[in-house]
Amino acid sequence: MTAAKAQAEAPAPMERSVPRAGWLVVAGKEFADHLLSVRFFVLLLVLGLAAGIPLFLAAERIRSLASEVSGAQAVFLALFIIGPQDVSIFGLDVSVQGFIGLAAPLLGIAFAFDAVNGERAQGTLPRLVAQPIHRDDVINGKFVASLAAITLVLLAVVLLISGFGLLRLGIVPQWAEVLRLGLWFLVTVVYVALWLAFGLLISVVIRRAATAALVGFGIWMLIAMFGRFIVNLLLGAFAPVSSSAPVDQTLSTFQLHDFVLRLLPTTLYNEASSVLLNPSLTQTSTPATVGQLAQVQQQVPTLLALDQSLLLVWPQVVALLALSVICFAIAYVRFMGEEVRA
Amino acid sequence: MSAAAAPAASPRKATPEAPIVTAGLTKRYGDLTAVDNLDLELRRGEIFGLLGQNGAGKTTTILMLLGLTEPSGGTARVIGLDPARDALRVKRQVGYLPDSVGFYGDLTGRQNLRYTARLNGLQGAGAEATIESVLEHVGLLDRADTPTETYSRGMLQRLGIADALVKDPEILILDEPTAAIDPIGVVEILDLLRQLVRERGVTILLSSHLLTQVQSVCDRVGIFASGRLIGLGTVAELATRFGNDTGRVEVSFEGEQATAAAGRIGPTLSALDHVESVDAPAQPTDPWTLVVKPASAGRAVREAVLAVAARESLGLTAIRSTEASLDEIYRAALKQTGLQQADRDTAAEATDPEGSD
Repeated sequence: MTAAKAQAEAPAPMERSVPRAGWLVVAGKEFADHLLSVRFFVLLLVLGLAAGIPLFLAAERIRSLASEVSGAQAVFLALFIIGPQDVSIFGLDVSVQGFIGLAAPLLGIAFAFDAVNGERAQGTLPRLVAQPIHRDDVINGKFVASLAAITLVLLAVVLLISGFGLLRLGIVPQWAEVLRLGLWFLVTVVYVALWLAFGLLISVVIRRAATAALVGFGIWMLIAMFGRFIVNLLLGAFAPVSSSAPVDQTLSTFQLHDFVLRLLPTTLYNEASSVLLNPSLTQTSTPATVGQLAQVQQQVPTLLALDQSLLLVWPQVVALLALSVICFAIAYVRFMGEEVRA
Repeated sequence: MSAAAAPAASPRKATPEAPIVTAGLTKRYGDLTAVDNLDLELRRGEIFGLLGQNGAGKTTTILMLLGLTEPSGGTARVIGLDPARDALRVKRQVGYLPDSVGFYGDLTGRQNLRYTARLNGLQGAGAEATIESVLEHVGLLDRADTPTETYSRGMLQRLGIADALVKDPEILILDEPTAAIDPIGVVEILDLLRQLVRERGVTILLSSHLLTQVQSVCDRVGIFASGRLIGLGTVAELATRFGNDTGRVEVSFEGEQATAAAGRIGPTLSALDHVESVDAPAQPTDPWTLVVKPASAGRAVREAVLAVAARESLGLTAIRSTEASLDEIYRAALKQTGLQQADRDTAAEATDPEGSD
């Protein structure tokens, strides 16, 4: 006992080195905090419901579908894209994919809205930045920790759904489907990262956590729930589609609509997500010319190869990535420029 | 505290230069000059008080010393390093207690300190032993494993000092260490600071607007107003410089007689030669303070008081010359440097808790 004590009290080698990766220490602490927090429980609940409800409602339909199209390429992915036929919430399809697309931004904001202003309110920020770490280690570590927590649960949910499909419905995925699922997962993580970065931004800019939460969820609601509706309303007013117009003109109007809707990150994600999960989707845009329109109408229904699907939504994926980077960069710059004092 | 538990009084390699040196250090926010041409030099192992009212530039100075904000001009050297360029190495060796320090409320005191240790690259048994010893040092060992949200303000402040000690710093920078703490807590903290200097040989720079509170603990003080250092030295030196050539004599009387003669004592003392004014105590048994001018007349006044006491048959219990309080020095310094106008509004509440004007 005394020997052990003496050993413990032996002068520690106080090499005056600073931690090599301060962000890792911050991330470790934040991640541990997340796992024990109320919001992690909410995250489990929300993603669990997002996966459970559609699966529960659509299981029958998937089963019948599976027997119909047995041998087809993408039955396994139907687990994620097929919802019950007659149910819809806010006009969104009640599939796993749709639900997760809806919940991801919510979780992103919930895990970041008080990241910086919370430290400020607690009075821990001055203490934190006075430690031998770079100032950006704080914001980087928090970002990584939140993303890791959400990704972890998201991964668990996707694997659970897959397991459910394998065991209860007897659907076995093919390699191409696994790859598609993996890519969809990555895109979803990028989408979560976008909203996390946005949450981080409001947590830097808005001093009070409660205000930040309200603003964050308000903007989420504006974009995710009413975004499409508002944009359509505006487009209807400024660039209406008239039935009497020539086809050429109608098509170009539709193209304009496509473009404007794609300014919303929700549209970008939904397009990327549907195409990646559903090989039978062969286009995301309205045809540009009458000739293309005719081509589409004569098209034989077909399944796209994975690389073709990826090619189709590559712009959307890049745009999502760019938006995430921009959001994070603004938050980063604002945080680095802030005065430390309370 | 046993000698074994006394935290790593590790022999420091003697650095020849002063732990903190600034030359012409300046910080401007737009038109406002928060710190104006600060020249400061701290000696190894001293407690230096940076004193001034709120908004005088104390915190800005501290932030520049820690590399948390860039100076607009001039240089600072902390343990021989430029904090603006070498912030990480400076922060590794300087413990900092921020103004109104906060902790993660859902973590225990020990967990909070463990996080700080890890941020300083300390882990494992060595770090745990250090945490244990600093917690013992500040007297929080029995509450170390309760969440900090249950701590009182004074305990948080002591935990803050422990937090600054975890990295075994050469310099401690404490921003308002005694603000918002009850009188007993203040005494505890000041004792702790003295002990730290004695046992660990750290150099302490503390800032405060509660001048009288920290007066006793500081080896030297710098008086700060509107970003400028208007006085630097020991309290006695400053008293001589700004004291208007006045001195102070404290007189205490025997309890019963003092109570009985309370009305008579004041006029009698005021009538003595060289006595400028007399401060009556709130309780008749507490010491009376006589302001003496010129300061050199202290001895004469003491003798006069003895004579008067004998004549009036008042029993004296104590009589001694004392130093001017920092509050008075501060006000005199402000007046002499013509800076009080700009800061009067904050000065009133910051330096005048007793309303003794």
